[in-house]
Amino acid sequence: MAEVQLQNVSKSFKATRAVIDMDLTVPDGAFVVLLGPTGAGKTTTLRLIAGLEKPDAGSIHIGGRRVDGETPAQRDVAMVFQQYSLYPHLTVRENLAFPLRSPILNTPEDEITRKVAEVAEVLHIPGKLDNKATELSGGEMQRVSIGRALVRDPAIYLMDEPLSSLDAKLRADLRIELKRIHAELAATLLYVTHDQIEAMTMATHVGVLDEGRLVQFGTPREIYENPASTYVAARLGQPRINLLPVGLFDVDAPPGAHRMGLRPEHIAHGEGAEAQVTRVEHLGDQTRLHMKLGAHDLITLADPHTTMTAGETIRIAPRNPLFFDATGARIA
Amino acid sequence: MAEIIVKNVRKEFGDFVAVRESSFTIEDGEFFMLLGPSGCGKTTTLRMIAGLELPTSGEIYLDGEEIGQRPPSERDIAFVFQMFALYPHMNVYKNLSYPLVSQGMPRAQVRAKVDEVATILGIKDILKKPVGGLSGGDRQRVALGRAIVREPKAFMMDEPLGALDAEFREHMAEELRALHDRMGATTVYVTHDQLEAMQMGDKIVVMNNAVVEQFGTPQDIYDWPATMFVADFIGSPSMNFLSFSGQVGAGADHVDLNGTQMGVPALRGGASGDLVFGVRPEHIRLDDDSAYRGAVRATEYLGTTQILTLDTPNGEIKARIASDQPARVGETVGLGFNAQTITLFDRATGQALLSQGNERVLGHG
Repeated sequence: MAEVQLQNVSKSFKATRAVIDMDLTVPDGAFVVLLGPTGAGKTTTLRLIAGLEKPDAGSIHIGGRRVDGETPAQRDVAMVFQQYSLYPHLTVRENLAFPLRSPILNTPEDEITRKVAEVAEVLHIPGKLDNKATELSGGEMQRVSIGRALVRDPAIYLMDEPLSSLDAKLRADLRIELKRIHAELAATLLYVTHDQIEAMTMATHVGVLDEGRLVQFGTPREIYENPASTYVAARLGQPRINLLPVGLFDVDAPPGAHRMGLRPEHIAHGEGAEAQVTRVEHLGDQTRLHMKLGAHDLITLADPHTTMTAGETIRIAPRNPLFFDATGARIA
Repeated sequence: MAEIIVKNVRKEFGDFVAVRESSFTIEDGEFFMLLGPSGCGKTTTLRMIAGLELPTSGEIYLDGEEIGQRPPSERDIAFVFQMFALYPHMNVYKNLSYPLVSQGMPRAQVRAKVDEVATILGIKDILKKPVGGLSGGDRQRVALGRAIVREPKAFMMDEPLGALDAEFREHMAEELRALHDRMGATTVYVTHDQLEAMQMGDKIVVMNNAVVEQFGTPQDIYDWPATMFVADFIGSPSMNFLSFSGQVGAGADHVDLNGTQMGVPALRGGASGDLVFGVRPEHIRLDDDSAYRGAVRATEYLGTTQILTLDTPNGEIKARIASDQPARVGETVGLGFNAQTITLFDRATGQALLSQGNERVLGHG
């Protein structure tokens, strides 16, 4: 396992600037999640590290060695794709062994047997080793795909939305599994997703991408509690943070403050400005109040069994507001 | 405006029973969700209400009139499909006006009606555009508009947001619900997404294996599930099931869980054998004084809350607690359960045992 470093890396596809001046360090042993919407440059970043794309500018180092002139095979990375790519006519055992039989690795047979058994154990599929790939469920197939990366001992694992095609329950199980694998193997992982839950729950570090730029890098807690901009603040948290004009509440705003960010859980009830409840959503474990304060929509949380209904008015006041300037940058 | 009553409706396709005797009432103006996994019979039920399938037996009432065997054209119901079916060679205005023109409505009236609907949907500025170049959201709005212009008694929607990505789906769900609140038309909506059902619905029918498992408001179904299927299907993470065997009598207000006495809402009837102690993740707390222990296997940070996965003597459970409460993987913690929220189930039948807690919701059969 090794540290991966991108310095001033840029990549364009014709007129589209996919990655712009990116500086990113994936520390040895870290689980870094790159988060952003479609088109933010996540997958291109991953492919640049894997060697599937060549950077227009900048340098990429893996374990201190400059790799941007090397082929994918020379770089010693293992990639897991969104869609599981297994050989349907081979058994699980053969699928797992396949990467080790590549002429470059040239692994001895007893080593292959040992490695495959070990990975099957980690992925909880030892009973399925002699099944054909086509006899597996979707979740098992994706685990085998991940396993095909794990049998190798690469400098870094690169994963491109590996859970996005699975159903919610399975995704929840595999999230925990990936975290456990990361801890057990002390592996270095770079994982790309647009799913904020995956980023929050698995990452040691989250990198937030916006139109090709890395706009913030930190622990999930830092990103959630201390976002650098309105863009970052809106990427984490469900329901989403409320972004409101500063003058809406009677609070002391720092000079230059243009908008105030209020997480739904940071709105106190029973004091402050009068707002009208427009809709009450009972989600079971939480109840969301949609309301209007003047001309502005906002969402706050209430006790699950609140008797409040649409049309009622309620006084609300901010708690721990975040302040942003006119460009969206955080100022306090 | 319409009230819809579905009474003992059954549908067979050859030997296959798609829907077994199902009954529920959709009140006038409700946003009503048919929720369940694929193959549960929810779409067939919707199609029977719309008249696209005819029930094998049972009755369907629309505003008091039995319409179960009538063709769709005699029901005055609009159907919005999963894939928005628009006429690709017509512009937005023509797509919207077509249902009215084909009814023979005078041109001036058509124009006024289309204008009104376009205003409601916020698509007035794209009326002259061809539908081919529209964004997914606008296509969806046009498809809805086509259903709305006719002013039907009720709308049927079959996973209309299924094809959209998560962020946009949430936005469209809010828009649909707001539209319903403005128009107040009875809407029946099929989905397999429990969060969508909870978020949008006034009432929910949960179906599984061709059977209606439960029917009620989102909060009631969440708090007091009638069956283990419903308890598991609704909520994320879903309800924890701690298996135990024993005997509980009518009036009992605690059970023995691996040697620890756990409070439950007073039971209305007794049960014995393989039982299940059901507790939602947010009703579990860390409690140093509790003799009931669990080993923390995983923690997942979610902002203000975190999810703990714990191994207990009665199986793996998930707890939702505040993220500022310390919890480390590997450590063993005491666990407390909020007694007033517990549901006990009979493992063999999967049915909830009637208690002081759930009798208001489940009491009348």
